[in-house]
Amino acid sequence: MTTQTRLDSEAAPEPRATRTPVRRRRKITPVKVLIWVALILATLIFIYPFIWLLSASFKPRGEVFDNKLIPETFTFDNYLNVWQEAPMALWLWNTVLVTVLAAVTVTVSSAMVAWGFAYFRFRARNLLFAVVLATMMLPGAVTMIPQFLIWNSLGMVDTLTPLWAQNLFGSAFYIFLLRQFFLGLPRELFDAAKVDGANNWTIFTRIAMPLCKPALIITLLFEFQAIWTDLMRPLIYLRDSDNFTVPRGLKALLDQYGFGGEWHWEIVVTASVITTVPMIILFFLGQRHFVQGIATTGSKG
Amino acid sequence: MARTQVDAPGTLGDDRAARARRMSRRRETRAALLFISPWIIGFLVFTAWPIIYSAYLSLTDYDVINDPNYVGFENYEELFRDPDVGLALSNTFYFTIIQVPLYVIVSLALALLLDKAGRASGFFRTAFFLPKMTPPVAVGILLLLLFNGQSGLINEALGWFGVDGPAWTTDPDWVKPGLILMSLWSVGSSVIILLAALRNVPQELYDSARVDGAGWWKTTMRITVPMISGALFFIFIVNTIAGFQTFTEAYTAYFGSGNTTYSNDAALFYVIYLFRQAFEFLNMGYASAMAWLLFVIIMIFTAIQIKVSRRFVYYEGEQR
Repeated sequence: MTTQTRLDSEAAPEPRATRTPVRRRRKITPVKVLIWVALILATLIFIYPFIWLLSASFKPRGEVFDNKLIPETFTFDNYLNVWQEAPMALWLWNTVLVTVLAAVTVTVSSAMVAWGFAYFRFRARNLLFAVVLATMMLPGAVTMIPQFLIWNSLGMVDTLTPLWAQNLFGSAFYIFLLRQFFLGLPRELFDAAKVDGANNWTIFTRIAMPLCKPALIITLLFEFQAIWTDLMRPLIYLRDSDNFTVPRGLKALLDQYGFGGEWHWEIVVTASVITTVPMIILFFLGQRHFVQGIATTGSKG
Repeated sequence: MARTQVDAPGTLGDDRAARARRMSRRRETRAALLFISPWIIGFLVFTAWPIIYSAYLSLTDYDVINDPNYVGFENYEELFRDPDVGLALSNTFYFTIIQVPLYVIVSLALALLLDKAGRASGFFRTAFFLPKMTPPVAVGILLLLLFNGQSGLINEALGWFGVDGPAWTTDPDWVKPGLILMSLWSVGSSVIILLAALRNVPQELYDSARVDGAGWWKTTMRITVPMISGALFFIFIVNTIAGFQTFTEAYTAYFGSGNTTYSNDAALFYVIYLFRQAFEFLNMGYASAMAWLLFVIIMIFTAIQIKVSRRFVYYEGEQR
């Protein structure tokens, strides 16, 4: 982020600099004002739905749709009601369990596979790696039904296992991402370790993995978000509401309290807040990694 | 490579050197296969076999309870007779063809703005990205709330300008426009990709354009867009593929056990119909045939896009 910002940030800090003709001045031009107005307007559009949702979750039933920024009657009841009407704590626990298991397993397994493709030289390597990339092109719909039948024949439908266990075998996208990082590490490092008597496993766990930490964090965060927010797999695999993840539970609440005839939208609104907030926290915790990860996806894709 | 030390000339006979090299290569292959074995197992069990089995299922009638019953190409013939497949396809094309260009234009506009925000760009970037963190179920619910015809925020805002907003969530003509507008809320990651690409455009190009007296529009169209065409194309193709498979927001808002009050035909996208055939009506064979049709459609569109892009996309250096 160098080339563009220097125009703005190198400008002299003193306001009077605008009068003296220096090389690069910070001047308020109509164009700049326009840009800032547009930026602030866009920000409002992007942020306001959150504020609306949060505000509505503190309104009593009759006022949910009044579109007022500050609740006229402030109430905490919705949160208590959601906790009573739905096994929210259980859903949150299920989601955390699945999400952590999925993110950790996919990171470790994808790193192993990526290292296998990045470090070793063997005959079928390029062919196999082409297969890895090709699987990314396959729409999920094609494998969705047979995968369900596999889990069904294992008697695992309506358990949490199908939501994460396939991550034990790595995921093409992350294998690709991590391999790129591994390829960027200097090879001499590993050769030196080998001369010192380190075996392949030690080289991988003690040298390659620690050096690749940013990429591993990106993988963890991406998968955490993907699994937390997923609806389709929980829809396919979960039946008993005690096994629901939060998004699946939210859909059930919408069906029951939303247009299911009961019109308790305040419950739906509040449950939406509970589903979303952990992702917002996750973003602020890992903001740098998210941004970096997405930027690299774009340039490597 | 560490193993080259073994066959230093002169120290060992050629025979023994060759054997040692073969040995170490075999050892390396074995180690590599050990490392990639998770993927190999996963690929065989959860990708390769499902592909084969899905192809087989598409030639059968299968409801999970009874054994698959071979019916030849009947499912594929049915695809062309089923009016709901036609409806789902036209809904999906409508959505994708309008949504993808809008999505690219909006993310480009926001990235261009962000690029000019200087030190504050971090703040705005966060604001633009947060919606992307929102679970799609919650996005579907927000759609129902904000676009509600009578009391939604969108129509209230339109009212300030004297516009009488439509019934976004119930009028079949406005369901898809509502879904498309809502989907633009999640442009965040594309904005970040484009911003990263923008910052790689050499400043000298802009400087010389300014010297030549090129205005903003000309500079953008002649320098910026061509220089980031790789990233633009990436977003275009990824979103097209995602558009054909759009599911969660529309399913949340218009399907499921809750909605019994109005027709949801306008939101019946292809993957939603496929999902219902497979897991609500248990027509696994028919749904498998639907999946293969989707695969063919996506392949055709991706191939066309790649072909077209060859003429427009500029890659710096020798990438790809």
